[in-house]
Amino acid sequence: MSHRDHHHDLEPVREAISRKTGREFWRSLEELAGTDRFRDFLHREFPALNAPETDPSMLDPTGRRNFMKLMGASLALAGLTACTRQPLEHVVPYVKTPDGLVPGKPQFYATAMTLNGVASGLLVESHEGRPTKIEGNPDHPGSLGATDIFAQASVLGLYDPDRSQSALKLGDARTWGDFLNELTAWLEAQRPKRGKGLRILTENSTSPTLASLMAKVKTDFPESKWVTYDPNTRDGARMGAPTVGGKPANVVYKFENAEVVVSLDADFLTNGPGALRYARDFMSKRRLTSGANEMNRLFVAESTLTTTGSKADHRLPVKASEIDALARSIANAVGVSVAAGGNLSGDAAKFAKAVADDLQAHAGKCIVLAGEHQPAAVHAIANAINAKLGGTAVAYTAPIEINPIDQTAALTELIGEMNAGQVECIIIVGGNPVYNAPNLPGQKDSFLNALKKVPNRAHMSLYNDETSAQCQWHLAEAHYLESWGDARAFDGTVSIIQPLIQPLYQGRSPLELVAAVAGIQGKTALDLLKDYWKTQPQMAANFDQAWKQALHDGVVAGTKLAEESAQLDAAKLAAPAPAKGGQYEIVFRLDPHVHDGRFANNGWLQECPKPINKITWDNFAIINGTTAAKLNLAPKDEPYHATAKMINITVDGKELAMPAWIQAGHPNDTVTVYLGYGRERAGNVGNKTGFNTYLLKTTAGAIAEAKLAAGEGTYQLASTQEHFAIDVSGIDSKAFIPEENDLSDRHIVRAGNLEEYKKNPKAVHHGAHLPPDPKMTIYHPEEHPYNGYAWGMAIDMNACIGCNACIVSCQSENNIAVVGKELVTRGRQMHWLRIDTYFRGDMANPEVYFQPMMCQHCENAPCEVVCPVNATVHDAEGLNTQVYNRCVGTRYCANNCPYKVRRFNYLLYGDWETPSLKNVRNPEVTIRSRGVMEKCTFCVQRIMNGKIEAEKQNRRVADGEIQTACQTVCPTEAIIFGDINDKESRVAKLKAEPRNYEVLADLNTRPRASYLAAIKNPNATLGGGASSHGGSSESGGHGNEGQKSGEAKHG
Amino acid sequence: MPQLFHRGMNTLARLSIVVGLLVAGGGLMFVIEFNRTPYVTRAFEPREQPVQFSHKHHVGDDGIDCRYCHTTVETAASAGIPATKTCMNCHSQLFANSPYLEIVRESWRTGQPIKWTKVHDLPDFAYFNHSIHVNKGVGCSTCHGRVDLMPLMYNVNSLHMEWCIACHRDPNAVLREQKDITNMEWVAPDDQAEKGKELAKKYNIQSKEVLTSCSTCHR
Repeated sequence: MSHRDHHHDLEPVREAISRKTGREFWRSLEELAGTDRFRDFLHREFPALNAPETDPSMLDPTGRRNFMKLMGASLALAGLTACTRQPLEHVVPYVKTPDGLVPGKPQFYATAMTLNGVASGLLVESHEGRPTKIEGNPDHPGSLGATDIFAQASVLGLYDPDRSQSALKLGDARTWGDFLNELTAWLEAQRPKRGKGLRILTENSTSPTLASLMAKVKTDFPESKWVTYDPNTRDGARMGAPTVGGKPANVVYKFENAEVVVSLDADFLTNGPGALRYARDFMSKRRLTSGANEMNRLFVAESTLTTTGSKADHRLPVKASEIDALARSIANAVGVSVAAGGNLSGDAAKFAKAVADDLQAHAGKCIVLAGEHQPAAVHAIANAINAKLGGTAVAYTAPIEINPIDQTAALTELIGEMNAGQVECIIIVGGNPVYNAPNLPGQKDSFLNALKKVPNRAHMSLYNDETSAQCQWHLAEAHYLESWGDARAFDGTVSIIQPLIQPLYQGRSPLELVAAVAGIQGKTALDLLKDYWKTQPQMAANFDQAWKQALHDGVVAGTKLAEESAQLDAAKLAAPAPAKGGQYEIVFRLDPHVHDGRFANNGWLQECPKPINKITWDNFAIINGTTAAKLNLAPKDEPYHATAKMINITVDGKELAMPAWIQAGHPNDTVTVYLGYGRERAGNVGNKTGFNTYLLKTTAGAIAEAKLAAGEGTYQLASTQEHFAIDVSGIDSKAFIPEENDLSDRHIVRAGNLEEYKKNPKAVHHGAHLPPDPKMTIYHPEEHPYNGYAWGMAIDMNACIGCNACIVSCQSENNIAVVGKELVTRGRQMHWLRIDTYFRGDMANPEVYFQPMMCQHCENAPCEVVCPVNATVHDAEGLNTQVYNRCVGTRYCANNCPYKVRRFNYLLYGDWETPSLKNVRNPEVTIRSRGVMEKCTFCVQRIMNGKIEAEKQNRRVADGEIQTACQTVCPTEAIIFGDINDKESRVAKLKAEPRNYEVLADLNTRPRASYLAAIKNPNATLGGGASSHGGSSESGGHGNEGQKSGEAKHG
Repeated sequence: MPQLFHRGMNTLARLSIVVGLLVAGGGLMFVIEFNRTPYVTRAFEPREQPVQFSHKHHVGDDGIDCRYCHTTVETAASAGIPATKTCMNCHSQLFANSPYLEIVRESWRTGQPIKWTKVHDLPDFAYFNHSIHVNKGVGCSTCHGRVDLMPLMYNVNSLHMEWCIACHRDPNAVLREQKDITNMEWVAPDDQAEKGKELAKKYNIQSKEVLTSCSTCHR
């Protein structure tokens, strides 16, 4: 193993790309540079095994003798275990079985989870009263059956053993009653002052019941103040929005009516209110199925490469501060007159012109969105363009938030009041402001220092966190799966949040806390909810019936907010933001997985590879290659270790050293950092992961001037981007991998553009090897006729947005273990499903393609023939099954799998000890121990349960009746599973599409999973965009087996 | 040098090879067969239960249908162990003061469930579903034996995979009409070969290949 510490030089990389004809795909800069590390990952399933010096578990100096002794002993033990009798087990029935409960059969209850206050409807699977799996609620407008990654992982959060378990006063356990006594004393002191010294700090909320309780507080304490603060303030969106009835309007986008979508730094497919619904609607205009051949067009100008940018037909990397000028240029070009902004670069000007032309050409069918971290002016411009050109694609309603204020301004005021000693009592309901409040410019720990000046402080949260530690009282909050509540969806529809389980600990609902402040004691959250909804027109008439209906449906009928006309204040469009002085700027974004830090203690989210860069367990500073070169930063390349160089970031006089991650497609002279890491009191999982970037953030906003400099030393990041690489496309194979020409472009990803697709739908396959003759098999096809069901899957790469919800859903459904950062760096993550991310073209602005990759369930499975113990075999319906009890762990199968989708449980990764974590497991799936190979089963448990139900009724399984875990959560319906023998099934129809292809089909594996090529819809005047693999309009692939891919080189 | 060993030792040596093989083979056979013995499988071994519940009395003497207590046998994977309430349906009136039933009454009073000992205990990696078997013509007694003759419950079969799969290879031998599912006295009629085939068709029994696929029982 070479340990050359060669820096990877970007020049050869650029050269490597320029030699290509713009059609090859690549995975990472390391791949382009042809580093040893990448080649090792490519050539061996488990390259990490050859680096024993890095793994303490491999350091065991077991000599041959010891080995023989141990083997002898273990053989003897193996013999003996065969003779032991099964221990007696017990079965404990109910005393009185609850109505409707059938032991062993899961029940589903509708509820909702809020993020940033906005509800997403859920159906939660419960086994004997124990929630185990989250699904989306198809009747909920914000979900339509899909869920995001946070909802999927929230069930692990419920059972998190690190959650706070009781009320604490100065660290000592107290009861809720003790707190109420003290609170009463605090409030009595405030009553004569009309609440002058009372402040309530909540997170963003849309709960109508909470609003009514807050109104009561305001009546009781007229001079108290209510501050709402969420790290994702959305202040720009709120302050730049037009007004409805004097309040900032809630903007609702209708992507099903939009032909042209322009994102100004908005990651709308995975972020913000309504993202799940928007992703579905957006993709509904891009589905090239059943003969449709028109697509909407997406322009994205963005300050870092996001999942939304990855789906763009045209993408412009641009500094976040330059978005303003771009927006103004577009606005003026489409006849919305606004003050001119700064000058645009050539690329940006061209982009702006193309956008403006396209917008005007599709007037009335356009949406322009601004990023949540963008200032109000940009939002105002986007809203102004929408008002002119949006037509039916954009609508406005009254605000869904119950306290739509400028949160940063309110927080700044609060800090000032606390410092001035005007605040005597603060109740912090949820949130973690000590950790995540921005600093006032020029200060450190602004919020913390101010908070300490408040005599009476109480904080309610799920964890005993950074803020709890600074308050006399900490109150355990009940998880949303164990408490009552209500919340609105992006369009205003209310869901009742109903608990699935009694609180595991002594947690209370925030409603109960606020009610206590409002002088309402002795009422549960359920009482409070009912009291409120009894008075509401939607339920008042026949309350009991309406209440039950609302709980059953997961939505309260008639609560969707009416569309109203909104007035945009022209003043908001005024003066362009002053140009930032410095050379570099920094953009703070929510982490794609731990969000603002609230999910930091969730192992599923921590270990899930972040979109695009595939890094786990950390945050990092994202820069592009040019900036890295300027700063003399390039990652040092060592085998198996993504060691990043440190970069020193100075913002507002505060310095933070972070690992730098060089990301293709990131704009020049700007650094993007994720928030939510560097927690001190997150819990055992989240503590000490990553870097606390809140330290740098000020009340000036999410975009700031920064000073960058190369830092000291290196840092190991755990990126999975190069793990399980199944191709070497992009590498000049002869130079790097002699004698393996066949590995050169394998057409694993196929992509094209719409014009070519219209001319010849099969153009995307040009140059690809065709699968060999079906008769070419060592099996006897007549012995495996697959007459009954034949399970298969079709994955539309055009629809996949890389949001990772499927990965966590799979982990939750199939009891997949978390391995930790150290082992991820060694390529031992256990995920059965991964999202392979491929780049194509220019390093400065590559196209990005997502390919969900799991066991392909090959009919000619290469894994099966090499297993010495028949532990992996085919079933009669075409599933490649893994029999855990037969597996002896030779790993031959993984070695022989061309898709690298098998995962070996090297150590006992799962936590079998912690009692609360036992509850999160799905009882329908075997829990695997170490030494056993595992992989995607196509959710065989769901298939079997679906088949059993159908067979009991003497019918065939209906299409869509059985859905895999990855399929159900997908916001864009990119994954479709079903019976391919049923020609009317969705999966069979997708497989008949001209874009359909099987990955590595030329190996004669005959996978049951297939992919639909990605198609982009570039604007003719801008040019560029995707071109089909091969670029020719000639149809089909070429050649039967035996033909060399060397012939497949087409311009 | 004189020969160390007598010529006859050759025969002995050859014999020892044969004996050695026989011993090794016998040892292996012993392990395999030992695992099939009731000592290991606990077949025919009545389990001690907190309440001396007699299936013989309830099923055999009283003629209570299996489904009165095992309510979900036709609809769910688990047949269902009756809740205390099911016992109390009758025993709040009958034998209401019997000391044998004190544990049941205590459970009813305190809300603490009764902890029964499992008799038919499949390994956790095998996923058995009662409802599909019952709906497809596999009767209770096929697996559980003459429960109506058991004062204390025991299993009559090994619950080994070889036992499961014997039926999955040839389900026709045990299929019966729906009306006979809970009939304890059912025995295969002489024309079961014919009858089984007919029933398999009627029940839409899946092919042998499907029934013996690993995924049918293991997940």
